[in-house]
Amino acid sequence: MSLEALQDLWLTYQSTVAFVGLNGLLALSVYTTLSCGQLSLAQAAFMAIGAYASAILTFHTRAPFALNLAVATLLPALVAVPLGLPVLRLKGVFLAIATIGFGEVVRIFFVNLDFTNGALGLTAVPQRTAIWMIYAALAAALFVLWRTRGSRAGYALEAIREDEPAARTMGIHVARYKLAMLALGAAFAGLAGALEAHYTFMIAPGTYSFSRVVDMLVYAVVGGTGIFYGPVVGATFLTLLPEVLREVSSRVGLQPGPLRLFVNGLVLLLVILFLPEGISSLPGRLRARRRARREAHAA
Amino acid sequence: MGQQIVNGLFLGSIYALFALGYTLVFGVLDILNLAHQAVFMVCAYAALVLVVHLHMPMVAAFPVAVLLGGLLGMLVDRIAFRPLRGRSDSNIAGLISSIALATILEAGVVQFFGPDVERFPFGTVPTRSLKIGDAVVSELQIIIIAIALLMLAGLTWLLRRTQLGRRIRAVAENPRAARVLGVDVDRIISASFFVSSALGAAAGVLFGLAFNNVAPDMGRSVELKGLAVIVLGGMGSMPGAALAGLALGLLEVFTVAWIGSSYRDAVAFGVLFLVLVLRPRGLLGSAALREA
Amino acid sequence: MLLELQDVRRTFGGLAAVDGASLAVEAGEVHGLIGPNGAGKTTLLNLISGLIPATSGTIRLDGVRLDGLPSHRIAALGVTRTYQNIRLFPALTAADNVLVGAHLKRHAPLWRRMLFLPSAAVEERGARAASLALLERVGLAERARERASNLSYGEQRRVEIARALASSPRVMLLDEPTAGMNPGEVAAIAELIRGVARAGHSVLLVEHNVKLVMKVCDRITVLDFGKVIADGTPAEVANDPAVIAAYLGGEAAA
Repeated sequence: MSLEALQDLWLTYQSTVAFVGLNGLLALSVYTTLSCGQLSLAQAAFMAIGAYASAILTFHTRAPFALNLAVATLLPALVAVPLGLPVLRLKGVFLAIATIGFGEVVRIFFVNLDFTNGALGLTAVPQRTAIWMIYAALAAALFVLWRTRGSRAGYALEAIREDEPAARTMGIHVARYKLAMLALGAAFAGLAGALEAHYTFMIAPGTYSFSRVVDMLVYAVVGGTGIFYGPVVGATFLTLLPEVLREVSSRVGLQPGPLRLFVNGLVLLLVILFLPEGISSLPGRLRARRRARREAHAA
Repeated sequence: MGQQIVNGLFLGSIYALFALGYTLVFGVLDILNLAHQAVFMVCAYAALVLVVHLHMPMVAAFPVAVLLGGLLGMLVDRIAFRPLRGRSDSNIAGLISSIALATILEAGVVQFFGPDVERFPFGTVPTRSLKIGDAVVSELQIIIIAIALLMLAGLTWLLRRTQLGRRIRAVAENPRAARVLGVDVDRIISASFFVSSALGAAAGVLFGLAFNNVAPDMGRSVELKGLAVIVLGGMGSMPGAALAGLALGLLEVFTVAWIGSSYRDAVAFGVLFLVLVLRPRGLLGSAALREA
Repeated sequence: MLLELQDVRRTFGGLAAVDGASLAVEAGEVHGLIGPNGAGKTTLLNLISGLIPATSGTIRLDGVRLDGLPSHRIAALGVTRTYQNIRLFPALTAADNVLVGAHLKRHAPLWRRMLFLPSAAVEERGARAASLALLERVGLAERARERASNLSYGEQRRVEIARALASSPRVMLLDEPTAGMNPGEVAAIAELIRGVARAGHSVLLVEHNVKLVMKVCDRITVLDFGKVIADGTPAEVANDPAVIAAYLGGEAAA
């Protein structure tokens, strides 16, 4: 393949590559709370906070981009603390609902914020994000989650996920760990928001709606929330799928929009019904089945 | 003032109808059915198709759409919830599979109807208005409020005075005990979904008529407000949902009148937040909702 | 007096599950808690470990009040437990379950692990070795890498005991550890319990196996309808008419 052809290929698929990385980071932001058994759906709001904060810094200051990103990462984490304190005490679906409510409040706040053009949002955000930055951020997030696994904190989180009251009687300060995971997820989401805003040139409150965080949840669930890299697998799969479908849909005569929506829904349904531990659990499952078959033959 | 009250009750009765279905399923299954808003939306389209393409009068189309909604709800149960029964993660898994179904339904609607807003043809509903005191009330508003009240009354009768209603309440309280007593729990759950989705379908058609606006995303915003309603009313409490729906309708209308329309949506979520933090069981709910 | 309960009450609705119970556990003692079904034994353990709040009364550990504290604080003060219906973490291995139990003892700041510092690896090796040692003590070293959900009932109970030991508690609350075990296993548990007490941990043992309790305990408290109806050495309790009446279903002495 000639260099020119490669360059053309890159130009065509560059944004897909960018979004695979961004969606991976976003999926991880939902995963952090899921890993200790909590379903938080506030991540779109944290993403918005990170995006708007960094965009405002870009427009009104000469701060280097690294500083922007640092603020975009830390600010949502700080906001997560007063949110988490009252809300993480709630059980299961009520926590989810409370975080949905928070998400909506933040979205409506930005819709009404004249300083950032309200519902129209900010356009002409300079493109300061390079693809390597996205993947560096993703790698950093994966690193943090990887090193946490198997540590004292990692075991505590697993214990909380499996049996919260029992974990408490082992001295695990459950509330603190849950809060830490919420803040970590908020940091990931904020960072992703800032990177995305400076890649797609624009920010609008509509981007950070309930549908967005549902997408993130879908990436995480389809990929599998049993292992820290599962959500990234799901995000990659579901970001690449529409590209594949685009070819199919034009041939079959269906519109790409609804087809992508339909396939997302179908994949999610099939996964939750038949492969609840997600795509990332497939290799393990196949291996176990092969082992079982071998043992049955040996018997 | 009177006008605001009328508008508030009108909006509130639609919220209440939607929330009733939501809270019924939650009360029975302890699961949030996020496909409820998809049924809401699909049946609004169903009514539209019946009126526009089959030339049915709304009087006939409404009950047909409601029936369709009930059947669709049973399908939702069969596909998204029943296979998960008994699984340890059934709460979150149910939430997710209902999201999946909602997405699929929405995709179908966008494929067949397109993403734009549709409207009912002129003449589908009466357009006259009356003056009551200093308030202007349209016939449509009166009809919608009346239908909502009727359905609420019907639901109350069903739950209090029929055997089906008793069984539903039994399953809601303790499915294992109900099974031991000979109740076919799966069938009762199916029936609950029928009732719940019929109510959601009714809310959808009425919503579409009230605002003359039928679009694939019409379920989204109502769904989230619906969450605020059932939390305020108390999860699983039917009278709570009705009361809270009306209250939210009034609250929204008065917020628009006194503070400004941009904060209208924030009201619902502000209330949601306050309730969850201060009194999670809402106005009329019972269960303990915090962690042990 | 290490663990002291004074007049502890717990009511649900109008019913008193525990109705003014007082008892004391000394350091290094194995203290039995027996009584007919529904007497309130597990509720009492739940009260001590902080899973539910007491309606009234006090619970003290070495003079420090436990009642009103959150569970993790109570555990940090030195009280651990096992559960009547076994609450191991099913997806974790036996060794990992015990490792979680050592949470309080471990000092493992996360940033050291992030930087791959050798001190982190050393700490981890130590913690895992300690966990294996505990499993060996309960006779389950070969099952260390097995998922908890794959273990037999008796094995799971022993892992739970190892897990409760992992933080070197001052008092261990055992909730029916020998339920469903055969006599051989029961004897092994009895040995284990006595060994634990010898090593300096006090044990509050809730049990239905009265013979085991008589053999293994230094003192016994008998509960019926949430009230203490007898308290003393095994011999004293065995001959107490109120106790005999309670177990045989006769009128319980007031």
